[in-house]
Amino acid sequence: MTTTDVQVGSPLRAPRPTAWRRLLLTWLALPLSALAALLIGALLILAFGADPITGYHALLSGAFGGSYALASTAQKAVPLLLVAVGICIAVRASVWNIGGEGQIVTGALASTATALALPNLPAFVLIPLVVVVAAAGGAIWAGIAGFFKAYFNVNEILSTIMLNLVAVQVMNYLLSGPMINKAQSFAITGSIPQTRLLSKNSWLPTIVSGTQLNLGVVIAVAVAVAGYFLLWRTGFGFRIRAVGLSRDAAAYSGMPVKRTIMSAMVLSGACCGIAGAVLVFGSISHRMVTDGSLTGFTGNDGFNGIVVALFGGLNPLWSILSAYLFGGLLVGGTSMQGVIGVPTDLVTTIEGLVVIFVVSIDYLRVRSRIQEEAQRLGQEKEGVPASAGRSLLIKLVRARP
Amino acid sequence: MSAFFTYAILTATIASAIQYATPFLLAALGETLGQRSGVLNLGVDGIMLMGAFSCYYVALQTGSDLLGILVGIGVGAVLGLITAFMSVTLRAQQGISGIGVYIFGLGLSDLLFVRFVGTPLPVNPLPAVNIPLLSKIPAVGRMFFQQNLLIYLAFVLVPALAFVLYHTNFGTKVLAVGENPAAADSVGISVTRTRYVTVVLGCTMAGLAGATLLLLDGIFQENLTQSAGFIAVALVYFGAWRPAGVMTGSLLYGVVTAVVLQWKSLGIIPTSAADLAATAPAVITVLALVALAGRFKQPAALGKPYVRGA
Repeated sequence: MTTTDVQVGSPLRAPRPTAWRRLLLTWLALPLSALAALLIGALLILAFGADPITGYHALLSGAFGGSYALASTAQKAVPLLLVAVGICIAVRASVWNIGGEGQIVTGALASTATALALPNLPAFVLIPLVVVVAAAGGAIWAGIAGFFKAYFNVNEILSTIMLNLVAVQVMNYLLSGPMINKAQSFAITGSIPQTRLLSKNSWLPTIVSGTQLNLGVVIAVAVAVAGYFLLWRTGFGFRIRAVGLSRDAAAYSGMPVKRTIMSAMVLSGACCGIAGAVLVFGSISHRMVTDGSLTGFTGNDGFNGIVVALFGGLNPLWSILSAYLFGGLLVGGTSMQGVIGVPTDLVTTIEGLVVIFVVSIDYLRVRSRIQEEAQRLGQEKEGVPASAGRSLLIKLVRARP
Repeated sequence: MSAFFTYAILTATIASAIQYATPFLLAALGETLGQRSGVLNLGVDGIMLMGAFSCYYVALQTGSDLLGILVGIGVGAVLGLITAFMSVTLRAQQGISGIGVYIFGLGLSDLLFVRFVGTPLPVNPLPAVNIPLLSKIPAVGRMFFQQNLLIYLAFVLVPALAFVLYHTNFGTKVLAVGENPAAADSVGISVTRTRYVTVVLGCTMAGLAGATLLLLDGIFQENLTQSAGFIAVALVYFGAWRPAGVMTGSLLYGVVTAVVLQWKSLGIIPTSAADLAATAPAVITVLALVALAGRFKQPAALGKPYVRGA
């Protein structure tokens, strides 16, 4: 076998990456993933004997048509963004926090209990208090998984999912027992597990009159900006990213790897916990309500937030846009159901496809970077590219979060 | 409490524990096969949901449970091909690509259910098959030998998988690819082909697990599995990647679930605390993961995509 044969057969000798190709794999990669998912969604709508154009039109106008729709979308985006920021922080440390659901629940329970216990505090004290307590509630729940990950090397994906199951059952117990609205008449409300009406002082104030848009939006955007600065403008954020890229390299350079993993999880959980508070104190009912199912209270936001973070390139600032788009998808999905009768589960299906495409395309992006690198090296010295490109490929494939 | 310790209730509890354990066992055995070759598949729950729905739909339309099971297996295989393509060919990050498959399966199974079935009608659960002679043994017969065929199949697969892994050529290849893919590659074992086979077979078993779960009660509902697929993945860790260990874990899980339900119906656990008692299996799983972490070595290449030239 000659050297030429190796190079022809090697994936590193694929066609020269053009500017167009680079554009395709960087800026266009995520929009194209979303487009592909929506196209498959359209095929599913067709399979149901409905018209995808009518459906997607209803979805778009329900999500973005008019100020009320725009505000509803923003409101829906708030918990998604908060969870997404949490996911960004954890994943940058190479820890997959799949426990958003459970952390939302514990944050909401802790803050609701606080508001029920201290209803007479003035709003300017009570609102910050419930947000902080919610953050603590989420942080503790995530911290359990973070502790097990850092000090016992327990797979965090599994432990966070188990903790989700525990949190939901604890919520069902508390809301249908100790925290239930004792005043409610069983005949009127049936057996809906819910708390009594929360003190008015704890309601998140509306910031645009005539819409549901409340202080939660401000909190979420502030958390996203803070998350960005934390990750890219502080030494702590640098440590998180260093540990995420290579645990060994970070350890060799003297960074406290275990503590960093633990802290990233705790912060991640705190963001998810705040999402729980927003879901309670920014809700229309101003109570904590569930239906007993796994997603009855959270509306699956703990998982949706993962999709948002991935689509936002694991960057808190891009996650703002991403959260708004996915908020629109969820709000619009309800309108679409009303018009063409296709259940909102279609939106969940599309979200799953987005994750699949985004994750799949990642390798192509890495490979394209290798090819460019190989070519750059090839210009310097003949014969270097294949091996140099390969070792770099291996490093990148291993290092990427 | 004394009501629990009667002959009839104890044997019934053990019999149902084995039924609860079976879907976990099937899914976890499939996951064991995949993980032994180095692929972490977290989409099991989504695949179980799709397997359960397709089995339900076909059984409802045709009246044949067997046809439903076969279609459930087929759907598992198709999703397995997609999973393998992502994690082997495209070298996607395995943790999160599996979450994508899970969300996809969760959405699509309920979408299809709402659209094509709507009002849930039960299909016939699989009939129990009494094993001649053995089912006549007092207590033991009632507990172990009056179950349906899928349950027997699941427990037969435990020694079968152990045999395949430890005593066949194919099994040796799987273990080699999972421990050191570069070395396996250098002696001519195709890492890609081996992993495709294990992942597709594993997902087939996840599809079968979904069908089994469905046929216990004969009715589908949104999120029927209630994260059973994730628990199955945890059971693989619990069982230290060994078929017998995975079976032990599944049985333990089945026993805890059955006892909690039985105590609830007997009133030993007050209704108000039933939700708290239902956390027991998940809590036990987390504690077991912590207790067993580091005791057993996981397949060295688990979760790492293979790039030739390392």
